[in-house]
Amino acid sequence: MKLIMAIIKPFKLDDVREALTPLGVQGLTVSEVKGFGRQKGQTEIYRGAEYHVSFLPKIKIEVVVPTDLADSVIEAISKAAHTGKIGDGKIFVLDIERAMRIRTGELDAAAL
Amino acid sequence: MKRLPLRWGMVALLPPLLAAAPAFAADAAPPKIDTGDTAWMLTSTALVLMMTIPGLALFYAGMVRKKNILATLMQSFAITCIVTIVWAVAGYSLAFTAGNAYIGDLSRFMLNGIAAHIKDGADTGFLLGAGGAGALPQTIPETVFMMFQMTFAIITPALIAGAFADRMKFSALCIFMTLWSLLVYSPVAHWVWAPTGWIAGLGVLDFAGGTVVHINAGIAGLMCALVLGKRVGYGNDNMAPYNLAYSVIGASLLWVGWFGFNAGSAVGSNGRAGMAMAVTQIATAAAALAWMFAEWVAKGKPSVLGAASGAVAGLVAITPASGFVLPGASIIIGVAAGVICFWSATSLKHMMGYDDSLDAFGVHCVGGIVGALLTGVFAFAPLGGTAGSLHQLAIQAIGVISTLGWSGVMTLVILMITKALVGLRVNEDEEREGLDLVLHGEQVF
Repeated sequence: MKLIMAIIKPFKLDDVREALTPLGVQGLTVSEVKGFGRQKGQTEIYRGAEYHVSFLPKIKIEVVVPTDLADSVIEAISKAAHTGKIGDGKIFVLDIERAMRIRTGELDAAAL
Repeated sequence: MKRLPLRWGMVALLPPLLAAAPAFAADAAPPKIDTGDTAWMLTSTALVLMMTIPGLALFYAGMVRKKNILATLMQSFAITCIVTIVWAVAGYSLAFTAGNAYIGDLSRFMLNGIAAHIKDGADTGFLLGAGGAGALPQTIPETVFMMFQMTFAIITPALIAGAFADRMKFSALCIFMTLWSLLVYSPVAHWVWAPTGWIAGLGVLDFAGGTVVHINAGIAGLMCALVLGKRVGYGNDNMAPYNLAYSVIGASLLWVGWFGFNAGSAVGSNGRAGMAMAVTQIATAAAALAWMFAEWVAKGKPSVLGAASGAVAGLVAITPASGFVLPGASIIIGVAAGVICFWSATSLKHMMGYDDSLDAFGVHCVGGIVGALLTGVFAFAPLGGTAGSLHQLAIQAIGVISTLGWSGVMTLVILMITKALVGLRVNEDEEREGLDLVLHGEQVF
């Protein structure tokens, strides 16, 4: 099993979700997060006072999938979240040791 | 509060301060109530109270950081309560009884005598400044007049709080506002609006409080900002507003409430109130657009806070002029206020280096001066009894300078007294932690 963690632009969330459903992804977790990468931040001006805001709002998606599905999920996310402009985000992939569905006690692949 | 021409002189300079409540029967029968006037003044009173809570409270709270939102709301709320009591005990009496040219007397101490002429259900008007020269018959009950004026007495000190946001002790605020209401607001209101007041005697035009409310509060705010000093981290830390949606709601409530403020200052339900309402709306829109376009050109984007601030600047500037000027002039007053206040709040402040956190001075004092002076230029005689002229402009300037001087000096004195009693500022650690938690033990969100 792999955990695929993607940081994307907030307005791309629906596109990504629509791209993942046909692949058989049964569920995912979404968080509103802030951070910075090459995009750095932005400047805000309030009555002449300028503030550089270094953390921009992003969406973090976490989805755990069977290993054989990982490549197609990564590809789907990268296509759906792509704008070609700076700040599109990143995808990280981690190994997952175990999984359990709390309601039934099913384990690993059956729990996904 | 401005009725027709103000031609009473400076009479009765120093009658005994505790003159007995004037006996109405000796003067004349009290004027009759006009139910239309009374209905509008009851409505206006509620509208003006809405300007402070929640209007100004939200306008200011939206501009501070998350850790100070409750404390900022509390400032407006507490000032509303404090000034209500101060006004009932002595403020109203000192402002609106005959007294002398500089201060009223104590004949309405604890609102004593406000019911003296009431019988058979109380439907009688009253004489404003009874017992003094130029007393003015009013067609509304004195309770309504006292309440309407109370809402002005409330919002004026609440405006000051924008200058020292994020750093004043709450205990200091309670003491400062009590003293300021008695020693600054009541005298200045008396000078300008009581029939015996010396500024009224000069013929200064201030329909709804350009001098009494806005210049008065604005210069006091500047003094507070100078004496308290800058917020910790000013110029380095990110002090971006946490929730400008509050500010937009607050500015909008101020706008609507301002119809009570300006059109209510006709103290009647009449054509002058109608004209005051019209010019208030037009000047406000003009000022919001002027600030917005000025910012668009100068900074690249038309900000929401800018448009809301411009509207408030326009409301401030049209305040003394409403009831004296026509719609055409109100556009000029609005545009001038929008552009000049944009400059004072975004450039002058940073040039001079004071931390007038929410621009009490930059918007209210500067906007008030623009409006007070332009009233002298654009006054339309058939409406208010005085025509605009260079001479009137000079008279207006006397009103402006007198208010700046008295309020500026007395505010410094009151700050010194308050500092000696409880200190003015929270300490640096407390300021970093935020006033909500440190002063009130609560948090928002």
